[in-house]
Amino acid sequence: MVLLLLMLAAALVGAYPITFGEFIAAFGQRLTGGTSQDKIHTVLFDIRLPRVFAAVVVGAAVAAAGAAYQTLFRNPLVSPDILGVSTGAGLGAVLGIFLSLPVAAIQLSAFVVGLATVGLVYAIAALVHGREPVLVLVLAGVVVGALAGAAISLLKILADPYDQLPAIVFWLLGSLSAIRRGEVLAAVPLVLIGLFPLVVLRWRINVLSLGDEEAKALGVETGRLRLVVIAAATLITASVVAISGVIGWVGLVIPHIARMAVGPSFDRLLPTATLLGASYLLIVDTLARTMARIEVPIGILTAIIGAPFFLWLLARGREGWS
Amino acid sequence: MHLLVLYDAPAASNPLRSSVKDLRRAAVAVATAALLLALPAGIAQARTVTDSANRKVVVPEKIERVFAAGPPASILLYVLAPDRMTGWPDPPTVEERPFIGEKWRDLPALGRLTGRGGTANLEVVLKAKPDLILDFGSVRETYVSLAENVQEQTNIPYVLIDGRFEATPAALRLLGDVLGVSERGARLAKYVEDTFVAIDAALAATPIDKRPRVYLARGPDGLETGVVGSINTEIIERAGGRNVAEAVGQKGLVRVSMEQVIVADPEIIITWDRNFFDRIFKDPLWAGIRPVRDGRVYLAPTAPFGWIDRPPSLNRVIGLRWLAGLFYPDRFPEDLRENTRTFYRLFYHVEPTEPQLDTLIAWSKGQAPSRQQPARR
Repeated sequence: MVLLLLMLAAALVGAYPITFGEFIAAFGQRLTGGTSQDKIHTVLFDIRLPRVFAAVVVGAAVAAAGAAYQTLFRNPLVSPDILGVSTGAGLGAVLGIFLSLPVAAIQLSAFVVGLATVGLVYAIAALVHGREPVLVLVLAGVVVGALAGAAISLLKILADPYDQLPAIVFWLLGSLSAIRRGEVLAAVPLVLIGLFPLVVLRWRINVLSLGDEEAKALGVETGRLRLVVIAAATLITASVVAISGVIGWVGLVIPHIARMAVGPSFDRLLPTATLLGASYLLIVDTLARTMARIEVPIGILTAIIGAPFFLWLLARGREGWS
Repeated sequence: MHLLVLYDAPAASNPLRSSVKDLRRAAVAVATAALLLALPAGIAQARTVTDSANRKVVVPEKIERVFAAGPPASILLYVLAPDRMTGWPDPPTVEERPFIGEKWRDLPALGRLTGRGGTANLEVVLKAKPDLILDFGSVRETYVSLAENVQEQTNIPYVLIDGRFEATPAALRLLGDVLGVSERGARLAKYVEDTFVAIDAALAATPIDKRPRVYLARGPDGLETGVVGSINTEIIERAGGRNVAEAVGQKGLVRVSMEQVIVADPEIIITWDRNFFDRIFKDPLWAGIRPVRDGRVYLAPTAPFGWIDRPPSLNRVIGLRWLAGLFYPDRFPEDLRENTRTFYRLFYHVEPTEPQLDTLIAWSKGQAPSRQQPARR
């Protein structure tokens, strides 16, 4: 409910002035099948609303993925990027910019390379028969992530400094400024496909947070379940990072805040984190596009607003940990 | 240690500082002199020049080899004295090569010392055996200290020249004097001044608020731009336009949103990004923007160097004439083809062939040649 109100408020503010009356009128026209070449329609239906939905989808997606990973790895310091999906997506996008590909191809490249990176991490971890599968997985993620990061740096050095380098930097900072309807519509089903197993398997995932031994004792096939969770969370993250660029912090902090609110049980954590993430990113993105006459990169704002807020919560109390 | 402390103290509170500095400077001069004496005869005595940052730099009487610290400097050097170049910062691309004089298009790529993404190695610089290192662009404190550091480390004089568009004639004269090609420097400076004067004269009657509102689109999605006052967009105001991207307290490149572009409501869009230029006419979102409807979206050629920026150097002079003609078609009825021929002949040491001119003119009208990959080696 709060989220819906926030969305309405966000749709009403922006650089192009639209009054509430005009807003209602434009909607009325749309619903009755009328089309108009009016500027208000373009601003509202092609620019602002897609962006509002994008902020909601991206925020919800990374927060859900973060919650899943934090439960899976039983570690509160884990973010959706732990297995390298964002870094991999970043590499894909940077490669696309470096080859001067059109925007859609850049996004596709980000999506594919993001998925491939996590696939590689998982394959490496599967090849190593250790006694600590989770630890091996995290280590492989760190190493592959570092490799992808190095490749990004290399491409930055080789890129055209006047043309491609600024584009790369802006992409890695993350932004929803260029989002369009088609992109949101493409990302939503992928995010839903990824969310589905998380919702269906929420009880089992909860059991996973007890640790491998206990989970196995309770009859949960930890290996396969882990694969499903990783695949789902990776799909979610890769599909939104591909359209928004790398937006940090949300996937790390929001699950924490959710945990402080409703406790660590995954069946309650997942919906809370998803809604909180959606609201949070919506607020931040609305600020990003209204604060100044230019865009404030959203990755900067999520950290500047998120970090002190998180510290404040941390200082206030520590209920609901463990 | 004691000496170091003295040296770091503020000048006003410590009269010793200046004398220490003088001592140091004298020591450097003696060392330089000793070095020059030790070199074989023929390399004559030194002289002192003052660069745009008011630094006094001791340079050899005859400067044969110059290392350009970045792309803007390399173009300034190329137009004035191409034979003195030790190399290019980046290798010229397949597309750019035909527009660079034959003798110079194969010079080695030595990397960038300053600016975005420095890639040059000081040992590579030394190996090129330059008599002088030249930088053209910002003369802010950061670049001054960088110049001092490199000069100290390599013992090669390092000259900084102000790269603001308005200061272009002064830059040409200054470097002309430093390199001993004052006559060519003055001739090129005159050409640039004449261009400036012609535009100013034609625009004197047009108040600022009557000038066209221009948006410079960068990046593959066109939502990257430079705000008023940044070196990337100076050419807009110089050509008699108004940059719609204004931001208080910000300079340089920024991102904007589609909504902000609509609100800014530019009359003209300029870009050199071919991907974006191809896209803007097919994209329903951009379709409603005034310049797209009016057909006032312009693509700048980028061979051998960008016409409006990329890098911000002498290459902008031809773009300036082109832009002024686009902003005020009735007041600048000049012949773009002849202007281009003259400019390329005078500045780039090439005699463009008719097909080459066809390519450039078509490009400036939006018909860019298809990109030849790989663009860089």
